[in-house]
Amino acid sequence: MARNALVALWERFKPTFWDAADPPEPGTEGEKFNYRRIWKLVVLLVTTVSVVPLLVITFMDYNLNRRAMRADFVYPINSLLSNTKLSLASFLQQRQAVLEFIVADHSFEELSDDFFLHELYHNMKASFGGFVDVGLIDGHGKQLAYVGPFDLKGKDYSEQDWFTEVMDRRVFISDVFLGFRDVPHFVIAVKRICYDGTIMILRATIDTEQFFNLVQSLNLRATTDAFLVNRQGVLQTLSFSHGDVLNEIPYPVPPYSEVPVILEIEDTRNNPAYLGYVYVEKSPFIFMVVKQQQEMMRNWWLLRLEMLGFLLISVTCIVAVILTSATMLVRRIHDADMKRSIALHNMEHTNKMASIGRLAAGVAHEINNPLAVINEKAGLIKDLFSFSDKYGQDKKLLSLVESILGSVERCSAITHRLLGFARHVDVQLERVDVVQTVRDVLGFLDKEAQYRAIEVSLDVPEIVPEVVTDKGQLQQVLLNIVNNAFAAVRDGGRIAIVLSVPEPSEVRIAITDNGCGISPENMKRIFEPFFSTKPKHGTGLGLSITYGLVKKLGGTIEVQSEVGRGTTFTITLPVAHAQKEKEGANSACG
Amino acid sequence: MRILLVDDELELVSALAERLAIRGIIADYATTGEQALRMAGENDYDLAVLDVKMPHVSGLELWDQLHVLHPRMRCVFLTGHTSERDFQAGTRAGALYLLKPLKIEVLIQNIHKLLAEGR
Repeated sequence: MARNALVALWERFKPTFWDAADPPEPGTEGEKFNYRRIWKLVVLLVTTVSVVPLLVITFMDYNLNRRAMRADFVYPINSLLSNTKLSLASFLQQRQAVLEFIVADHSFEELSDDFFLHELYHNMKASFGGFVDVGLIDGHGKQLAYVGPFDLKGKDYSEQDWFTEVMDRRVFISDVFLGFRDVPHFVIAVKRICYDGTIMILRATIDTEQFFNLVQSLNLRATTDAFLVNRQGVLQTLSFSHGDVLNEIPYPVPPYSEVPVILEIEDTRNNPAYLGYVYVEKSPFIFMVVKQQQEMMRNWWLLRLEMLGFLLISVTCIVAVILTSATMLVRRIHDADMKRSIALHNMEHTNKMASIGRLAAGVAHEINNPLAVINEKAGLIKDLFSFSDKYGQDKKLLSLVESILGSVERCSAITHRLLGFARHVDVQLERVDVVQTVRDVLGFLDKEAQYRAIEVSLDVPEIVPEVVTDKGQLQQVLLNIVNNAFAAVRDGGRIAIVLSVPEPSEVRIAITDNGCGISPENMKRIFEPFFSTKPKHGTGLGLSITYGLVKKLGGTIEVQSEVGRGTTFTITLPVAHAQKEKEGANSACG
Repeated sequence: MRILLVDDELELVSALAERLAIRGIIADYATTGEQALRMAGENDYDLAVLDVKMPHVSGLELWDQLHVLHPRMRCVFLTGHTSERDFQAGTRAGALYLLKPLKIEVLIQNIHKLLAEGR
């Protein structure tokens, strides 16, 4: 159904040239012109030239916008990462520096004194805060002095990993762990080798609250998640999306980088997100920010929708304009070609009729002279018979001569009419009442119309101007055509004569019959001399003479016919006769 | 009444002369313009029947010259062909213009008419 409707729509709006064949080019074999192809070519070419740059520009704009938007979005993450990293590093650096200062400034004896250490612990806590406990450990891993909430004095750390680490590297910062109190904290330990070779290690546990505040305070928005992990991907602080401390993050641990790096990932709910991270130097911590792209995406989609809408509207407009103008252009070409073709056809017809006229006149002229000789000779024979008794009264010979003369007369009638087709001797111009002339002509045929029961109607407008023309010849023209109409219709047929005044300077007479009609093949030849469809009755000169007469009177004659439906002859006469002197055709034969 | 017939067709003009003679009209004939002019110089003709289309000198030109020789002479043009220009030229000179082939009765009738007008 929809397909049918589409086809119907197409049929309705299809331009006329779509199915047009190449225009008939009489005489010349011109270059074939395929309207459909030229239309397609124009549409394709112009569309490509106009739409492709638009697409390219839009695509470029699209990318540019996306990049700008991404940069806008990513820049805050970047600065957040670097700032936070700096504060974290400085926090750790401070604690580490305090411990290093203490261990450098005091002797082994001083620090192994519980009272002294206790004093120190309180001073540190008061100045910096965040210290949970502090202890002194010797080179064998034994804790010599301890100040803190637990009784850890005398504990042997020599088997523990951190101890070997601090022995190797002088400074150690541990991952976050829960410890005995189930509160997350971490450890900083520093080593000093005294001048006498004794090793002392100062170990402090740091309450992570302050440290975490640095990170937690950054959790500005619901779409942003900031947290610390260690190098094994274990959470060191609370995270919105990944849960509590010491959970594992779902992402692989990114490679080491001291400058912020931003990756595109999918978060726990499979939404696109940016993961920014930076390693905090000299610590096991990695600072991470996960920011969901939603917010950016929403703006981006809005922009993308706008761009797409703009593109769609522009392309639609462009294509519509191209289609309209291409169709109009090709239609104009087609119309012009059609007009040219018709003009050529008319010209060819006129030329053909003129040639035939010349030919007929030439032939008539050439035949007239021998015909005149035959006429005189036969006349002489007849005279000899009539005027003297010398040859006796031979009736048979006399009848033969009469027959020759009769034939010569018939021939001369034909040649004279033929000459009339090319050029009639005399045009006597007068003001002629066309209506009366038509009535006169119909008067001739009254009897036949009655006899054959043919209905003849005459339709005349109120005012018909008088026409300056040759009455006799106009009569002959009308008589010829009405006669033909009578011949074409069957008994009981209909002939309609309609007079009209299409322009003040023209009178038109249309003679329509509902007779047998003229086939298209015959149509091309009906005005040619000696062309007849009824060879037994006609000379084939009637319409050719009519054609010549109408031309001579400055008018035009047209025929429309459909086989079986009838024929219409339309004669258009100028009101004022314009003498068209075309001597060229005959002057050579004068 | 004496008539001069001029046509390049000898057969035509001789037969016509004979037919006219039978009807009591004396007619001389010529087949060229020169011959016709010579004959017109020797005799006085009342009327000339001239073919319009002849080699060398056309009937219209010949008539101009004959008219100078014999101003009272009348003329009938014969033609196998009709040309409006010839027709106008012929009738302007006060001549008749007849189409070939024609009935001799028509010719004689016109000759009498022309000569009657001349008197």
